Amino acid sequence: MSEKFNVSTNPHVRSKVTTQSVMRDVLIALTPASLFGIYNFGFDALIRIIVGVVACVAIEAIYQYFMHLKVTVSDLSAAVTGLLIALNIPSTLNVGFEIVGCAFAIIIVKQLFGGLGQNFMNPALGARCFLLIAYTGPMTNFVTNNSFAVDAYTGATPLAILKPGAEAVASQPKLLDMFIGTTAGVIGETSAICLLIGAIYLLCRKIISWRIPVAYIVTFAVLIFLLAPGHQFDINYLACEVCGGGLLLGAFFMATDYVTSPITPNGKLVFGCLLGILTFIFRMYGGSAEGVSYAIIFSNLLVPLIEKVTVPKSFGKKKPEKKKEVA
Amino acid sequence: MGKCTFKGGIHPFDGKELSKDKPIKELYPALGEMVFPLSQHIGAPAKPLVNKGDYVLAGQLIAEAGGFVSANIHSSVSGTVKAIEPRTLATGGKCNSIIIENDGEYKEIEYKESKFEDLTREEILDKIKAAGVVGMGGAGFPTNVKLSPKNPENIDYIIINGAECEPYLTSDYRRLLEEGDKVVLGLKIALKLFDHAKGIIAIEDNKPEAIRKIKELVANEPDIEVKELKTKYPQGGERSLIYATTKREINSSMLPADAGCIVHNVDTAYSIYLAVIEGKPLTKRICTVTGDGVKNPGNFYVWLGTNYRQLLEAAGGPVGEPEKYISGGPMMGFSMYSLDVPVVKGSSSLLVFKEDIVSKIDSSACIRCGRCAEGCPEHLLPTKLAEFASRNDEEGFTKFDGMECVMCGSCSYVCPAKRPLTQQIKAMRMRVLANRRKK
Repeated sequence: MSEKFNVSTNPHVRSKVTTQSVMRDVLIALTPASLFGIYNFGFDALIRIIVGVVACVAIEAIYQYFMHLKVTVSDLSAAVTGLLIALNIPSTLNVGFEIVGCAFAIIIVKQLFGGLGQNFMNPALGARCFLLIAYTGPMTNFVTNNSFAVDAYTGATPLAILKPGAEAVASQPKLLDMFIGTTAGVIGETSAICLLIGAIYLLCRKIISWRIPVAYIVTFAVLIFLLAPGHQFDINYLACEVCGGGLLLGAFFMATDYVTSPITPNGKLVFGCLLGILTFIFRMYGGSAEGVSYAIIFSNLLVPLIEKVTVPKSFGKKKPEKKKEVA
Repeated sequence: MGKCTFKGGIHPFDGKELSKDKPIKELYPALGEMVFPLSQHIGAPAKPLVNKGDYVLAGQLIAEAGGFVSANIHSSVSGTVKAIEPRTLATGGKCNSIIIENDGEYKEIEYKESKFEDLTREEILDKIKAAGVVGMGGAGFPTNVKLSPKNPENIDYIIINGAECEPYLTSDYRRLLEEGDKVVLGLKIALKLFDHAKGIIAIEDNKPEAIRKIKELVANEPDIEVKELKTKYPQGGERSLIYATTKREINSSMLPADAGCIVHNVDTAYSIYLAVIEGKPLTKRICTVTGDGVKNPGNFYVWLGTNYRQLLEAAGGPVGEPEKYISGGPMMGFSMYSLDVPVVKGSSSLLVFKEDIVSKIDSSACIRCGRCAEGCPEHLLPTKLAEFASRNDEEGFTKFDGMECVMCGSCSYVCPAKRPLTQQIKAMRMRVLANRRKK
């Protein structure tokens, strides 16, 4: 009997987790925030979310098709980028501008650098910053369509009201509204509770590690608590700063983007701390009330350096002895 | 008591349910050829002592150690030497082998029993050496050499590796459960060789019955302790196991003895018992035959030299037409292109899978998720090492400690992009070693 069975080198089994299943989990985790965005901003938000996802997937497929590359949209990474772009724009933004942003994210930030895994900057945040610069007015035109919100802050996000040096407004943001999310802002950032539900899902499914978000939020919170101009040791202010703006969305869903964050465990902590410091500086002393996007894309650029200095010590290796051997 | 563990590791599907409740069954070899490769161990091949046409008895020495690091080989059956010629092994290579035609009478040589209390250290080591005992977890390092370290006074622990962290395998578990007393005795014999060494029997916590049983057995042994390990792969890797049980670290340039430890497989301890107390050479071993591709998975006590095809028949034969046959566990075993290979001292299992999932996998771009780095028991960055390997960058590869890799397969297992990380690193390691030999 001559038989020839399949051979391969070890290991002969693989885990069930795939790139696609990871991306699917991220989409699932973003669902509560997306649904709340639709509830809060109405039909406009739903349109922006659909357009974002469809545009990103389509643009990636078309680009790969014409560049004679393997079409990899089934890994769902473009869908995640699309959803994140939609969650990072105001519901009033012109849909055409949004599509331009999607094209920027997929083609310029991602594909030109080699596609998934090769981009040095988070595509969704790259697009958001591009849109902020290109269409500053429309990108900061916030409204709440929510008929349930008693105090609708038309035209100003909670962070803009809290910004040091901002004019005093009669209605200060209420922490509870910010926690639930019935405030103004971009589509996906307003509801702290929905973002936290998604974050817990990602942590439980071991899609993200606690290191980046915890280091980020703790560093930021400590700095705000100790050094916030005019609000030192103000717990209420601290809570508003943490719940407000893009911090939670950024910390759990964007800073943790695998491709653009360090792979070393200690690197993740350094990356998180750096984000906290930069966000604090941008929010307190910068020109805009927001700082998360810029902090993340700036830190993305430093990832190779962070990785270089945080290579883990390999098991059983003794540094001094190694040096002797070399000498 | 806290459970012992190490940093890193993965949790593969364990599949032990298939065979863990199947008692060990003795599998008598069929009439016909029995194949005894001369290299069933690390070190020099053994030198044959018989010629074509000679009649040998079961238990008779047919090849003697060919050097200091080498091991004796005994026939497991009685019969006539048919040939001495190269035969294929489970690892895919060929090796000069003694072929014995089994006459089915199982006439044995006489074994001399002894009490280990009466024996001196040298006598114990001689008996272990004479019996051809080697590490039976797979690597096959001669046990008597392992038990004669340079500085015997520095040995603090002898660890019996009952982790059995490879998925599907249940042979060590059955041995502990059914003949734990003999394993403990084997450990006691090894302990007698050292002045102040303590014994540790390390078992993963997914085998509570074995832990309970061994704890009962060593209740009156002040020098032996049972340590519960967290169930995680590769908990039974030598370096991980030493760290988990003693918190001592060793790297690729050290032997366990440098950290005051000697690690033995469960079946090795059992063989030490057989060699020293019953005077029997190593001619049988326990082997798990399992996987979704066999009808009745089970644990078998197999004569060395038996054909793998007979193992498959013993487990009820294949289910349909299985695509993959693996000798050893799914993480570190060897896949075989033919079943026409003999059971050797290190054959812990025959694993049969209906489907070869690896051949259907398409690998995609690295998404830098870091799962490989988290799972690496050596705390390396596998994705980075694989990158160096793909560019054949030896300097970068060694600078990032690629040579510390133990090839456990964890990184390839967890990779969501299904990249062949272990495979690339393994190939690069071989190139580096080959270059070093050239110099």
